[in-house]
Amino acid sequence: MFLKFLLRRILYVIPMLLITTLIVYSFILLIPGDPALTLLGENATPEKIAQLRQQLGLDQSIISQYFDWLINALKGDLGRSVFTGQYVHEAVIERLAVTFQLVVVAMIISIFGGMFFAITSTFFPNSWIDYVSRFFGTLGTALPNFWLAMLLILFFSLHLGWVPATGFTSITENPFEFFKGILLPAISLGAVGTAQITRHLRSSLMEVMSADYVRTAYSKGVNRWQAILKHGIQNAMLPVVTTIGILFGHLLGATVVIETVFAIPGIGQLAVNSVLQHDFTMLQGVVLIMIVMVILINFITDIVYALLDPRIEY
Amino acid sequence: MSFQTIFKRLMSERMAFISFFILVFLIIMSLIGPYIVPHDPLKQDLAKVLLSPNTEYWLGTDELGRDIFSRLIIGSQAAIEAGLFAILIPLCIGVPMGILSGYLGGIVDDIFMRIVDGIIAIPSILLALGITGALGISLWNAMIAIGIVSIPQFARLARGQTLQIRTEPYVEAAKISGAGAIWIMVKHIIPNIAPPVIVQASFNLSYAILVEASLSFLGMGAQSPQISWGNMIQQAYSMINMNPWMIIYPGFAIMLTVLAGNFLGDGLRTALDPKYKKA
Repeated sequence: MFLKFLLRRILYVIPMLLITTLIVYSFILLIPGDPALTLLGENATPEKIAQLRQQLGLDQSIISQYFDWLINALKGDLGRSVFTGQYVHEAVIERLAVTFQLVVVAMIISIFGGMFFAITSTFFPNSWIDYVSRFFGTLGTALPNFWLAMLLILFFSLHLGWVPATGFTSITENPFEFFKGILLPAISLGAVGTAQITRHLRSSLMEVMSADYVRTAYSKGVNRWQAILKHGIQNAMLPVVTTIGILFGHLLGATVVIETVFAIPGIGQLAVNSVLQHDFTMLQGVVLIMIVMVILINFITDIVYALLDPRIEY
Repeated sequence: MSFQTIFKRLMSERMAFISFFILVFLIIMSLIGPYIVPHDPLKQDLAKVLLSPNTEYWLGTDELGRDIFSRLIIGSQAAIEAGLFAILIPLCIGVPMGILSGYLGGIVDDIFMRIVDGIIAIPSILLALGITGALGISLWNAMIAIGIVSIPQFARLARGQTLQIRTEPYVEAAKISGAGAIWIMVKHIIPNIAPPVIVQASFNLSYAILVEASLSFLGMGAQSPQISWGNMIQQAYSMINMNPWMIIYPGFAIMLTVLAGNFLGDGLRTALDPKYKKA
């Protein structure tokens, strides 16, 4: 039964991957004029143009170009950077681990921050802590993340000097330096997530806490704290699992901004640099990899949701 | 439901009331700003760089001696324009897509909705980055990208609403009395899906302003000497050691505008609700 469900989800993911890759590929249609000429700009020589046209497959129809590109991508070959000549997949793999560490820490902050605010505000409704949580829940989605990042740098790095303002150390190199360096970027990245999870979890907790089975639990002598922990969280976390899946995509996208602020050498920064350097093949490759990651994570959360929710029949 | 009733309901919500006036104020500023700014926002005065706030330069000056207050006012133009694009492009493309999808169903629905699913799967800032990267870097292209990124939400919303309304008795009645598909869409569907679309537009305004600021911050939107709150922050970031205040103002302006859009959206949702009850 479960296998059938899994198969159905996989069958849903495949066309999704095809469509998103087609969208990413068709960016090339948006390049005004002759793409080869536009991409090369000033340093265009007839030989270079001819070479790039061939590399991009511009002499073929868009559909056959797309399939050629897709087949190569499946083999792990995303072409070479127009700007540096480096293989796109090599550049991406080098930086993927950095971004992954950042996003994971930001996710942890979002989930635990969100749970903390939501649970305390359900436990003490209409208290000051409830108002603080609601305030953060509202503010967190309205703060530009790069601005929050700078405010944090201003205070914690420049004023107090506790943590470095920029740079990145991998966790495998030096865990202590890693935590010092990752703290501000991960908080700025995770603030939106904390706000979203707080809002969702709070409203879903409030709903669960007024459910009949919680009233029954109270009548059996369970106190509010036990009721929240035993019944509330278990049931209220379910809708949050979906939020977590969506959040991953948001955070991965937002790394383009945060990595730029903190000069973190991840794939977000790579995406920004490739736009600024007109490095189209690199941009295509980076966006593709990020999208595949988002779709896979959403696929996994779907499966986890189905496993957690006994009401779902496969 | 008349326009006056809705407006009255909206104004009775405190936050929506404040937000409405903040946004109206910003729109007015973006229109008349160039005529009322105390200083030319582009005029450099190297004798007066990095001044603290004073009576002549209300928010001080930047590293080239330009008046920050005037730049802040002119910066509202890019934000408001981004909001406008993020509402108009999806209204012209996304909503018709959604209505056709919901009303016609079948193969049209399948094709449109698969495209929408595909676009939604892509984190919007990445999509905007990709589109700007392909079209070429400029504020205009960033605006187009922001508009395109907003299409799927509107298409999904319009489709869902259309599916509901399509089966209402009055639509069935119109069909039986011989009304054509276009007549039904224009006369019945569009007026009935308008309220949720308006609410979504208000939230989208906020979102567009955040995306525009991010793109301009990354150097892919407004290009100097164009002014946007996003590139004001970028420029201020290089001065973070010298004058941290320069970062505060534009960021605060963005936050305030985004909050106003969000609260207005909440207020509109309450005011446009057919089951509205006075609290």
